[in-house]
Amino acid sequence: MTETWQNDYPHRFTNELIFCQFMEATGAEIVVRCLAEEGVEFVFGYPGGAVLNIYDEIFKQNKFKHVLVRHEQAAVHAADAYARSTGRVGVALVTSGPGVTNAVTGIATAYMDSIPIVVVTGQVPTPAIGLDAFQEVDTVGITRPCVKHNFLVKDVKDLAATMKKAFIIAATGRPGPVVVDVPKDVTAHVTEFEYPATIEMRSYNPVVKGHSGQLKRAVQMLLEARRPMIYTGGGVVLGDASAQLTQLAGLLGFPVTNTLMGLGGHPATDRQNLGMLGMHGTYEANMAMQHCDVLLAVGARFDDRVIGNPAHFAREQRSIIHIDVDPSSISKRVKVDVPIVGDVKNVLTDMLALLKQAKEKPDAAALNAWWTQIELWRSKNCLKYNRNSPIIKPQYVVEKLWEVTKGDAFVTSDVGQHQMWAAQYYKFDKPRRWINSGGLGTMGVGLPYAMGVQLAHPDAQVACITGESSIQMNIQELSTCKQYRIPVKVVTLNNRYMGMVRQWQEFFYGSRYAESYMESLPDFVKLAEAYGHVGMRIDKPEDVEAALKEAFSPALKERMVFMDFQTDQTENVFPMVEGGKGLSEMILAEEL
Amino acid sequence: MSRRHIISLLMENEAGALSRVAGLFSARAYNIESLTVAPTEDATLSRMTIVTVGSEDIIEQITKQLNKLVDVIKVMDLTEGRHIERELMLVKVKAVGEGREEMKRTADIFRGRIIDVTDATYTIELTGTGSKLDAFLEAIDPAFIIETVRTGASGIGRGERSLKV
Repeated sequence: MTETWQNDYPHRFTNELIFCQFMEATGAEIVVRCLAEEGVEFVFGYPGGAVLNIYDEIFKQNKFKHVLVRHEQAAVHAADAYARSTGRVGVALVTSGPGVTNAVTGIATAYMDSIPIVVVTGQVPTPAIGLDAFQEVDTVGITRPCVKHNFLVKDVKDLAATMKKAFIIAATGRPGPVVVDVPKDVTAHVTEFEYPATIEMRSYNPVVKGHSGQLKRAVQMLLEARRPMIYTGGGVVLGDASAQLTQLAGLLGFPVTNTLMGLGGHPATDRQNLGMLGMHGTYEANMAMQHCDVLLAVGARFDDRVIGNPAHFAREQRSIIHIDVDPSSISKRVKVDVPIVGDVKNVLTDMLALLKQAKEKPDAAALNAWWTQIELWRSKNCLKYNRNSPIIKPQYVVEKLWEVTKGDAFVTSDVGQHQMWAAQYYKFDKPRRWINSGGLGTMGVGLPYAMGVQLAHPDAQVACITGESSIQMNIQELSTCKQYRIPVKVVTLNNRYMGMVRQWQEFFYGSRYAESYMESLPDFVKLAEAYGHVGMRIDKPEDVEAALKEAFSPALKERMVFMDFQTDQTENVFPMVEGGKGLSEMILAEEL
Repeated sequence: MSRRHIISLLMENEAGALSRVAGLFSARAYNIESLTVAPTEDATLSRMTIVTVGSEDIIEQITKQLNKLVDVIKVMDLTEGRHIERELMLVKVKAVGEGREEMKRTADIFRGRIIDVTDATYTIELTGTGSKLDAFLEAIDPAFIIETVRTGASGIGRGERSLKV
């Protein structure tokens, strides 16, 4: 992929800039060289007046590749997905004013899911700031509530150090987006350039190691548990702690559930894994969560979509151990008994060491009884659906995708029913394979997410599971896929409705489907072809598997394929915990 | 149970530092009764005193969220221990006829100082806890008050208890 790309755009990489230390540099050169020093591979961006100096320097270098998106929101999403799928900091570059406001949705999305990205934004020249200049917005003001931190660089002498800080802050502790706002005159000013290897910040020292006393208490509590449960979130994925978690769960023999953000943190095909919990979680996971006596929460935050009504959750007595790198996530919605602040991987490693030393073992009889109960819950088979339907069932498409890709694809999704079906039916055995907007729930992330993932993993299978509504929110990125030959496979579960909205309207609004029907859809096959891609329309269940096999066949390996599956319009996502209800008050498919 | 808390914090004296704190309180719907801020003897540091009202859970979240701000160096809930709290108030009052002498006496009782005098007005400077300042305002005839300005509380720990880098 990379080679053809370079051949297509020979002017891009011919002018090699020779980097040497301690030389004078303009602000624009400094930005570019800092990114190179950080080992950045891709910068996703869109040029504009305030960043022209920076783009001129990008033109002259070949240390990283710039990916020109078609809308700034997609630049940030792609950088975000690069970060999610690699664990490295993603980078986006946008211009001032509308460039920034377009990027805000992407930044807020990354913020809600704690994703490390650095967004460099152009700003009007410093003398013009505050004068309502052309394409001026208060970038640090607008982004403040949705960044981990942000900077306005007013002096070129501070630029290199600020870039270093941005990368450190984004990647450490609880990760998150950092915005560096650089006025145009600063990009033209000249100073001595030296990129600091690291920077100490007296106000920023994330806790790394868990408190040893708390760790001992936690281990004791786990060993004495009779109905234990391990509940893990995005923190396990972000903290690269899946191996430790899986080992811990295996050693103890405890059941595990993952949040939407935590999928892949513990292998979905492992017998100990009860699947996802929460609003659309499995019956067994939600019941076990509600009825356990000791709950180990790892890198998860008890959010409203996970535990439902906190008062209902608190009705059952249980002791809670909560490991999180962010102290403010602990005891925010649910009171916990043993808080452990620290890097999840370190804490789990220490916990494993303590467990291995311990003479006691969990009570086998109690644990057996607990598993018997869980298997009873599991036997409800809450994810069953009609496999004999003459209309394509969306769940079936996801299951087939899992089979065809051998469970080893990177899967991005948009937001809605298809997202839940992807989470329920694609069994993620590895972390960083499931890329979705969990916290903010941003429709339109799927395609730019797939681009970021595919660029980071050129040889991997990348599928974007989406709906006909979500995909249209960033459909312009089909053009970016063409330019860079990004061969993602779009799996559109097209039910001609904003499915999740329709589902809520059916359940809670007397089936009054206000504005949730998708009129005037484009012919997606022709649309894909218009952008130079392969389009497929699939109407019958018996054609699903063949279409997926073809899309992922070697013949189409280099091609972007847009699959338009015409799915059942009336299908709903089950199980479902209504808003305000408790976790054990699920609606199951058969009850309707 | 909601209680009044005085939270002191030290943060980097950077542009926008105040708005990060104020923004946090509004974004998370925390109460803010008063907020004072100024640089310390070390000009790179700002010290802020925030008076807020909330349950123990809310105050715990406020403290944690403040600590999470990248520019914040240290946070301390002064009301958790022995502390001193002071607020400055300037009051401009009508001071004419018999009331002029009476106003002076009341100011003296509250250890206020008259810092500006005209034929018809006094401006009185008063320092104390918020409730002392309230008491002064209650002690004088509201009809005499022309304007008041209060700084909001500043606080400091007693004895060895201190907030420093």
